[in-house]
Amino acid sequence: MKLFIKFDINTICSLFLKEKLEEENLNFSTLGFGEIELDENLDIEGLDNLKSKLAPFGFEVVENQKSVLVQKIKDAIIELVYMDDNNNFKSSVFLAEKLNHSYGYLSNVFSEVTYSSIENFIILQKIERAKQLMLVNEMSLTEIAFLLNYSSVAHLSTQFKNTTGITPSAFQRIIKKRRENLK
Amino acid sequence: MQKNALHILLADDDEDDRLFFKDAFEEVRVQTKVTFVHDGLQLMEHLMTPDIKLPDILFLDLNMPKKTGKECLIEIKKTEHLKNIIIAIYSTSSSEEDIEDTFIEGANIYIKKPSDFNTLKKIINEVVTLNWHYHTSGLNRDNFLLRLK
Repeated sequence: MKLFIKFDINTICSLFLKEKLEEENLNFSTLGFGEIELDENLDIEGLDNLKSKLAPFGFEVVENQKSVLVQKIKDAIIELVYMDDNNNFKSSVFLAEKLNHSYGYLSNVFSEVTYSSIENFIILQKIERAKQLMLVNEMSLTEIAFLLNYSSVAHLSTQFKNTTGITPSAFQRIIKKRRENLK
Repeated sequence: MQKNALHILLADDDEDDRLFFKDAFEEVRVQTKVTFVHDGLQLMEHLMTPDIKLPDILFLDLNMPKKTGKECLIEIKKTEHLKNIIIAIYSTSSSEEDIEDTFIEGANIYIKKPSDFNTLKKIINEVVTLNWHYHTSGLNRDNFLLRLK
């Protein structure tokens, strides 16, 4: 029997983080966006200890202010891309309002830290979502193009090909054969 | 962008190609530490060394003596502690069949060997940046397929 499981990464991460912090006997409140307010001030040793406890699970305490902002931009983009009725949002307006900075500023910081642009990251995330919808929800390209606000199927196909180097149908074929190989 | 250098392992039997890559990595913006092996057997021995730091990305030439890149790819994907390494195949072949075949066997990236230095630098930059996004943005690595020419 084969089951496909859909999961929400945000929920998993929040729950897991909560568990780890409780294990360390730390009182805290979450502010969303991966921001956490600890009730006490940790000294360097305590902070290092916390970092080393979280590191094996892929959690990293972000210290640099610009990196923090980039992480917020990324989270907001993911939120936007995974919204099912985002028809009315222009991404630049959405980001500027959500993060209270001008889009120009956000765009500069993002490029400075990641060496890639916000636009590219949005396309990357949209294509990732398209992959997921294709494989998990078994949606057709027409349905996906509509859901992700592409003007046409051709536009989605072209962007998919430009981003990954392969066509959507080749992608589906490859993943399907990989799964058969694993059986 | 990254506090620690990215570990790159490059398997290629051609010395010129190795130098070409080495120079290109020195010029990319992201800090990298590049290790070289000369053929498939040496690659597998290197990866099987106990307690070794595994590479973040393995660049694998398809056409190598003793053990081909494809044989190495299959072996790596079958080995529990190695199968999550991101693998970038590079080859002079641009046959659609070869490309799809290596993706099916588990490669993440397929690079057509470029002939000029600037293209190589551009390709490496793209691979490193995308790899970092996959690393930091909760993207599903099973769906990480990229073809560059």
